[in-house]
Amino acid sequence: MASKATGRWLVLAVPYLWLLALFLVPFLIVFKISLSQDAIAQPPYLPTFDLAEGWAAFKEAFAELSFENYGYVLSWDNEFIEAYGSSLWIAGISTILLLLVGYPIAYGMARAPKSIRPTLLMLVILPFWTSFLIRVYAWIGILSPEGLLNQLLFSLGIISRDSPLQILNTDTAVYIGIVYSYLPFMILPLYAALEKMDETLLEAAADLGCPPFAAFWKITWPLSLPGVFAGCLLCFIPAVGEFVIPDLLGGSDTLMIGKVLWTEFSVNRSWTVSSAVAVLLLMVLVIPIVFYQNLQAREVERR
Amino acid sequence: MSTGVTEKTQKTIGGIRRTFAPWNDPQAVPLIRYQNVTKRFGEFVAVDNLSLDIYEREFFALLGPSGCGKTTLMRMLAGFEDPTEGQITLAGQDLVGTPPYKRQTNMMFQSYALFPHMSVWDNIAFGLKQDRMEKGAIDARVEEMLKLVKLEKFAKRKPHQLSGGQRQRVALARSLAKRPKVLLLDEPLGALDKKLREETQFELMDIQMELGMTFLIVTHDQEEAMTVADRIAVMNQGRLVQVDQPAVIYEHPNSRYVADFVGDVNILDATVETVEPGMVTLRPVAAPERRFRIAQDCAAKPGDSVAIALRPEKMRVELDPPADTNVNCVQGEIWDIGYLGDLSIYHVELPGGVRVKAAKPNLTRMVERPITWDDKVYVYFSPDAGVVLTS
Repeated sequence: MASKATGRWLVLAVPYLWLLALFLVPFLIVFKISLSQDAIAQPPYLPTFDLAEGWAAFKEAFAELSFENYGYVLSWDNEFIEAYGSSLWIAGISTILLLLVGYPIAYGMARAPKSIRPTLLMLVILPFWTSFLIRVYAWIGILSPEGLLNQLLFSLGIISRDSPLQILNTDTAVYIGIVYSYLPFMILPLYAALEKMDETLLEAAADLGCPPFAAFWKITWPLSLPGVFAGCLLCFIPAVGEFVIPDLLGGSDTLMIGKVLWTEFSVNRSWTVSSAVAVLLLMVLVIPIVFYQNLQAREVERR
Repeated sequence: MSTGVTEKTQKTIGGIRRTFAPWNDPQAVPLIRYQNVTKRFGEFVAVDNLSLDIYEREFFALLGPSGCGKTTLMRMLAGFEDPTEGQITLAGQDLVGTPPYKRQTNMMFQSYALFPHMSVWDNIAFGLKQDRMEKGAIDARVEEMLKLVKLEKFAKRKPHQLSGGQRQRVALARSLAKRPKVLLLDEPLGALDKKLREETQFELMDIQMELGMTFLIVTHDQEEAMTVADRIAVMNQGRLVQVDQPAVIYEHPNSRYVADFVGDVNILDATVETVEPGMVTLRPVAAPERRFRIAQDCAAKPGDSVAIALRPEKMRVELDPPADTNVNCVQGEIWDIGYLGDLSIYHVELPGGVRVKAAKPNLTRMVERPITWDDKVYVYFSPDAGVVLTS
């Protein structure tokens, strides 16, 4: 009995230890840095805690921590708030586009003959076999003024060679990049929700006098909502902090918090401000994350 | 397809429920007509050139093993499948090509197919809302349906908060709410336990009588079909084998298949000796020295090989020979005994090695000399206990 209890405790401890070591501890380090001041030193901030210097020194260092960086980030003069807003906006629009593109694909997959569903699922996951970075670079080759898209349009005579479509380095390119990269994260939860739906429910709806299109809105759509929420949050949350796509495909005026954070960190070399930006980003995202958690808990309860 | 035996003899075939019999009335117009309906799925023929008439207010059962085409036959009426050939009419209107949402039939699904995101109330109201019924009328009808299935207190619950029996009632209420011309029941009680199933069978019959609707039930459970139905169609491989009242199906099966599928039966091979009006004399293969006399008209000729179907409850097993010389008698040895409480089933091995089953009710708690293993016994049955089957 005792060994059984220990075994259960160990199994439960693994995920908690994992979260503690790889999430909570790094977060606390970042949080501490966000409360420090920039300094020309190694590491480039002050104060640093050193237990070897004793309790008094520790207390002294603690007193030096301040929320000054947060005030800086949250001031209207410094474009950070604008970057947060712009990130949320771009992530929101992208999520809606992802849903519009992903839902029909997931629906088609879930209604496809059972024998070909695994193949379709494979095809959705297939892009992951190539590095994310390379796939985003590939879009430069497609969208640039001399890129594949423009060449195709030239050869079809749709546009003239003098005025190629300016897509690269615009927000449009960022939307294309996000929709392309995050599509599997939208499709998979939608597919899971749609696939487990009992198709006799649609027969029952038809039997009770409901034509197919109305049956979609009354039966299929509400039953797929858990998948819709899961897919949207899975795409929205990382899209807010996205850095690679706006950096490679976006223009100089594409303002996203991931890019700002990166500039703050490696160009301005301000670890403290970038830490504050990161902590605030996390706090902004806590709302949808908690919402997602609640949703998951409700789903589990329903079974 | 009726054998016509009832008219000839003084006796009637037992257990007829009521005098409702529009199928015997040449004036009656059937509500549902299947005319030469064939349904193929690729190479597989699910329904094979089948014609069937079902009358208004009838409780009609389609009975058969899985894969016999009974569900396909029902789904064609609901509109989920279209026949490959033939015509289906409901109240004189050709149904082929009409989508399910425009048909005046409603179905109670085997899985119940309740909408999981809607309350009991909304499930029942769903079909009424499709008809754009007034709000007040919908409320009244839903209340009425909830009362009918005794679920008034559960109106706000979601299906996953109900027991299996309650879900079954919601499904029934939902399919009845629109007052369809025909209610289709696809194995409606399959998921319930035995006690609840039996109760529900009688409730279904009451509801059908009360609402005066036509019910078409698909089942593989012959007891269920016998209990609820006015008529039963026994199906095999996409064809109707026999369509008749439950008692006729049981007491006068028209083939080995029906005799075997409905109820417990002994089938003994025999050769016809003489055929007189109302009486056939046969030589059983299992006991060639014996002669069995079966009281029925028979189309077979002397010398034909036929089968005798004998229900176990119509055979007696005794240690002493019968006093009445008119009965058919054969000697055998007890091979096995199944004690079921209310009855005991004796498996008797006849001299030729054929085994027959005979049921004996346990009328008293104690018996002086019970029949036991390896006893030499007499198995006997009266001439009107058996049926000669020529196919």
